[in-house]
Amino acid sequence: MIKAIINGQQVEVARGTSILDAAKLTNVKIPVLCKHADLEATSACGICIVKVKGSAKMLRACSTLVEEGMEVITHDPEIVAVRRTVLELILSNHPKDCLVCARNQDCELQKLAADFGIRDEYFPSIVNSRQHKYDDSTKTIVIEGSKCILCGRCINVCQNHQNVWALSFLSRGINTKLSPAGEIELAESPCVKCGQCSNHCPVGALVEHDDTQKVWDGLRDADKYPVVQIAPAVRVAIGEAFGYPAGANLTKKLYAALKKLGFKAVFDTNFSADVTIMEEAGEFVKKLTSKPQELPLITSCCPAWVDFLEKYHGGMVDNFSTCKSPQEIMGVLSKTYFPAKEKLDPSKIFMVSIMPCTAKKYEISRGDDMFSSGYQDIDVSITTRELARMLKQAGIDFEKLEDAEADSILGHYTGAGTIFGATGGVMEAAVRTAYYMVTGNEMPSIELKEVRGLKGIKDAELDVAGSKIRIAVAHGLANVENIVNQVAEAKAAGKEPPYHFIEVMACEGGCVGGGGQPYGVTNELRKKRAAGLYEDDRQQKERCSHLNPQVQLIYKEFAETPNSEIAHKYFHNKYKKRSAYVK
Amino acid sequence: MSNSSNEELNSIVDKWKDVKGSLVMMLHAVQDKFGYVPRSAAMEISSRAKIPLAKIYEVLTFYHFFKLTAPAKHQIAVCTGTACYLKGSQELIKALETELGVSAGQTTADGRFSVTALRCLGCCVLAPVMTVNGKIHGHVKPADIPSILREISKGEEQNAQ
Amino acid sequence: MPNKISKKQTIPSKNDVNPAQNTEKLAQILQQFEQNYKKIDKRITICGDSGCLAQGSQKVYDAFKTELAKTGIGFCLEITPSCYENSLYLCKSGCQGFCAQGPLVNVEGTLYTKVRAEDVPEIIETTLRQGKPVERLLYVNPKTGKRCGGTKDIPFYQKQTRVLLADCGRLNPEDINEYIANGGYSALQKALNIGPEGVIAEMKASGLRGRGGGGFPTWLKWENTRKQPGGEKYMICNADEGDPGAYMDRSLLEGNPHAVIEGMIIAGLAIGAQKGIFYIRAEYPIAAQRVQKGIDACRKLGLLGENIFNSGFNYELEIRYGAGAFVCGEETALIASLEGSRGMPRPKPPFPSQSGLWGKPSAINNVETLANVPYIISKGGKWFAGFGTEKSPGTKVFAMTGKSKNSGLIEIALGMPVKDIVYEIGGGPLKGDKVKAVQTGGPSGGVISGENMEMPITYESLQQIGSIMGSGGFIVMDETDCMVDIAKFYLDFCVDESCGKCAPCRIGGYQMLQILKRITDGQGEAGDIDRLQTVATAMQKASLCGLGQTAPNPVMSTLRYFRHEYEEHINKKHCPTGRCAKLVGFEIIKTSCVGCGACKRACPAQCISGELRSPHSIDPNKCIKCGQCYAACKFNAVRRG
Repeated sequence: MIKAIINGQQVEVARGTSILDAAKLTNVKIPVLCKHADLEATSACGICIVKVKGSAKMLRACSTLVEEGMEVITHDPEIVAVRRTVLELILSNHPKDCLVCARNQDCELQKLAADFGIRDEYFPSIVNSRQHKYDDSTKTIVIEGSKCILCGRCINVCQNHQNVWALSFLSRGINTKLSPAGEIELAESPCVKCGQCSNHCPVGALVEHDDTQKVWDGLRDADKYPVVQIAPAVRVAIGEAFGYPAGANLTKKLYAALKKLGFKAVFDTNFSADVTIMEEAGEFVKKLTSKPQELPLITSCCPAWVDFLEKYHGGMVDNFSTCKSPQEIMGVLSKTYFPAKEKLDPSKIFMVSIMPCTAKKYEISRGDDMFSSGYQDIDVSITTRELARMLKQAGIDFEKLEDAEADSILGHYTGAGTIFGATGGVMEAAVRTAYYMVTGNEMPSIELKEVRGLKGIKDAELDVAGSKIRIAVAHGLANVENIVNQVAEAKAAGKEPPYHFIEVMACEGGCVGGGGQPYGVTNELRKKRAAGLYEDDRQQKERCSHLNPQVQLIYKEFAETPNSEIAHKYFHNKYKKRSAYVK
Repeated sequence: MSNSSNEELNSIVDKWKDVKGSLVMMLHAVQDKFGYVPRSAAMEISSRAKIPLAKIYEVLTFYHFFKLTAPAKHQIAVCTGTACYLKGSQELIKALETELGVSAGQTTADGRFSVTALRCLGCCVLAPVMTVNGKIHGHVKPADIPSILREISKGEEQNAQ
Repeated sequence: MPNKISKKQTIPSKNDVNPAQNTEKLAQILQQFEQNYKKIDKRITICGDSGCLAQGSQKVYDAFKTELAKTGIGFCLEITPSCYENSLYLCKSGCQGFCAQGPLVNVEGTLYTKVRAEDVPEIIETTLRQGKPVERLLYVNPKTGKRCGGTKDIPFYQKQTRVLLADCGRLNPEDINEYIANGGYSALQKALNIGPEGVIAEMKASGLRGRGGGGFPTWLKWENTRKQPGGEKYMICNADEGDPGAYMDRSLLEGNPHAVIEGMIIAGLAIGAQKGIFYIRAEYPIAAQRVQKGIDACRKLGLLGENIFNSGFNYELEIRYGAGAFVCGEETALIASLEGSRGMPRPKPPFPSQSGLWGKPSAINNVETLANVPYIISKGGKWFAGFGTEKSPGTKVFAMTGKSKNSGLIEIALGMPVKDIVYEIGGGPLKGDKVKAVQTGGPSGGVISGENMEMPITYESLQQIGSIMGSGGFIVMDETDCMVDIAKFYLDFCVDESCGKCAPCRIGGYQMLQILKRITDGQGEAGDIDRLQTVATAMQKASLCGLGQTAPNPVMSTLRYFRHEYEEHINKKHCPTGRCAKLVGFEIIKTSCVGCGACKRACPAQCISGELRSPHSIDPNKCIKCGQCYAACKFNAVRRG
């Protein structure tokens, strides 16, 4: 521990603590702009400057570590004046069209401007002195270059946390711009649409492609039969948009809200996650017992991860589970099994998915397999953030809603389905069922603690009926490299793979930390959201997918057995190696 | 890209790829060879040296020495160091603009001439200084520009004959 | 391919370095060289620095070769055992300093100026054969009208204290033997004998401060790096000279590369590094070639590599190129560049001495700083401290350019009054009798105005008046130079060179530039000076690195001493110097106009009328003040004002 004096008050902090964090001990929240609580400081904006005794210039609180005996002043009229000028400079290079911005009232720059009481434009606007990139080529993530304040968060996330390297800063000085490599569009870049850039952007420079109007149009269309599904991670995060604490499980309020919005049937992606587990665990058990040379099996329910592996490790697509993601399985069921059962015209079904994810927008049309019902299986995919906006537009008083149930036919889920939303959840759910498939018995202790939590790579060795099964779980694409390389090396050397079963989620924390989730994510938030899901798991009567009576019914009435021919037709899909750059 | 230039490119990359932090050196070598850094070369570096293309472009576009397009046949550069500025380098740029119709940083439509504003060449005593295809011209006056350009054209004709 | 240090080697701790042994080799080289050199009858030293080369010194050199061959006088181009008795030595040196008078040719102490290839036969005939000077090629002292035989008679040289530059303009930069014969690498030997602590103590005694601009005590930087734990450390030479209008570093590298190399080896020894890196501006290919040649020669002689002089000291040097980014002069940006990334600075602390290249302790010194090191170690810190002032000891090289009569590379003992530099060495202004101001420190510096000309030039005095020492740009400005325009020039430079990472520098600089552009375009407004000051403060306080923190200096400094010029631009829409084209009028002087029509053709507003071969005139109501006519006129018949 080291001692320092902040604003005349002695503080004691651990070595490595920034002035920004240390100041909180004196009840001072130093204003910041480029620093995101989830990310390393980039030291770009110059808002969090403080005075440190002995330094002529002001130092950045975000990136300056407290040193023994340091004397810091975090605010005085001079500091505030400099902060104000820096803010005014940033504003002079930022459009003032806040009313028509995706981040209106949810913008970190706007909030600072309000806090500083900016009332005029002291510096003339220079936004139009240069050309700016506007890029909606992915129909998933939109780049509005004019709004970029060059904080560097998205670049840090895209390059260092996700290892995707779609985004970069090109040129320099005032001409610095956020762009893929060269004069190309985002859709021509290695972008995997994970949306972490948009999730961390402080302003409206990177936002999700808004599909809410499509949903309203579908709901308005009298000819359509609108149905909806909600993904596991949505229920524990949407509350943040309505003043609930992070991690509050609002499943039943969500059902009610969606019905109020006008959906005629509300399904739960947790249910189709249970189906995914039946297929994927079945696939794993089959390979383990009869084709071990085809292992490891790698999960494929995360579309950003699928995109990443196809582009960067195309040689390994055969290791992917061919099983579709829960979103897509629900999509196909909603346009096959559901209308057949309900005597509806499948062509009229309008399927909307509420996802914590921007890449799911891409997934709904990523290949012919996404049209296996004969129609596009999912019509529109929107994010948690978009749903929150729709609920506000409708004026639905979330807090006062009475709980409702899902429409039972595709709505009943087990604890295994709900934990899909957290890193390690798919693995845990799959193991619960795979164990049963191999041994015929339920696992003695179904909670697989080794694969829970936020450690970047988690691995474990399980004893299943005397044979050792090695599993690994990675989240945050930068953590994948190591595992993939180990597998590739073993493969090349003809050796036994280091793991039999690998789960990968592109986003840190898994879907609870998805790119389409409410802003301001931190590890603390990820933990709370995940805790909400694990609690949901504990609350369920059935905690293994194979025990889901509705799932059993699906197989009985529709898909016969896991990995049957018909299951393959509707529940599975293919992958292909692609180059990272289109041009 | 032709096979031989591909081989040259490979040898450049192989020479540097295992040396830590050598991207800038690699790009220098590529530009030495081709006169600029073509996208195909950047992609080749990316895959051979396992450096993300985005990183290569970040570096390429940060440093003004690197060029992304093929150079013009004749490269005219005006030094804009302080001594040259005081002695009228801006007027030289204007005169070139009048004669060639392009401003600093541009290439004529026929690809024959490019005009660049250079950082100090360190020949301050000759200010204002201009280089034509690397050759230094000192104490240049705006009125000299037409004749300097004529000389280039003349040289071209002679070469053609 | 840079040599990589073998992994097997043991990394020497400070106690592992032993005194130099096997030093006979140097003595042998020295003896051999002297033996060879005895055979030389006369030495012709032709300046081969970029400045003289651009003025045609290569042609002069070639003419000597062909003409000497014709005359049958034996000559050699390098000193080797095969040189004939009584032969001539035709040597290409580095910068001899008096660049404005180049190409320079020194024949046994007689300095010929502005030599053309056509003059060579006469030099051979008159000087070499008859032993008489070629009078017409001697420099004329403008004060006395007398011709000067050698540098000692030329006022430009008289007030200088040439230490670094003496060898730079004298030795053959590509001949390591000559360097050794002149005492080269004996400083390295001595450094090994006195050990790292001894070296640092000597540097401390010298008081040498960083010559790159900051003026940080060199010994302290070395000490800070040395005391960091860990075996892997780096010594870096910053040769990415970027100050527009300064070329000391290029000239030193081209003219005396071995001094810098020897400095780098000694510095590496002092801080405990095993590797040193030259970061050289890509626009300086000759400098890079000479340094590479020097490194190769050292390696061959065992002055680099493993176990140097059997002392247990292992050290390698390699070259990396910059690529056109001024910000890479900033230490952390330079490190980022060496790591193969964009040259983006990062916050300090941690300082490079704590965490530098690849996160390892690193010391970064500028070329001139390092070139001083062998001299200091050889002659002693006290000797060096004997020059200059107490707080700013030693000599400093400046590139004197702009509107002085003499321009070129000069070296003075610090503490010399500015007016002596300007009027005695520089010979006063090119036109008129008054120098308006001198700019030092380049884009990070400021102006020394007329009222401060008496001031002795030191780190402290420059800082006091709002400028800095900088790397050595010394730009003389006369009454025709507009101070607002010059501030705009430097700011434009900084805006172009800003890395773009931090908002205060990126946007602040750009906004300041817009204001200055408005002012010089006649669109200045009442609050503009306040606005400039507000941004400047934010940039100085909140920019991440030195570039942004100092970028407002040229503006603040000119505002301090020439505020009235700003006010005249803003309030009266008038530029007193006539430099700002939009704030002046153009008029054709009837008596000078020959009626060639060049202005008429150049005028984009078609406001010039006049018949061929008779005086033209400008319609002031239609004139858009673009200045094209002024630029087009070959007869100085267009007046600007």
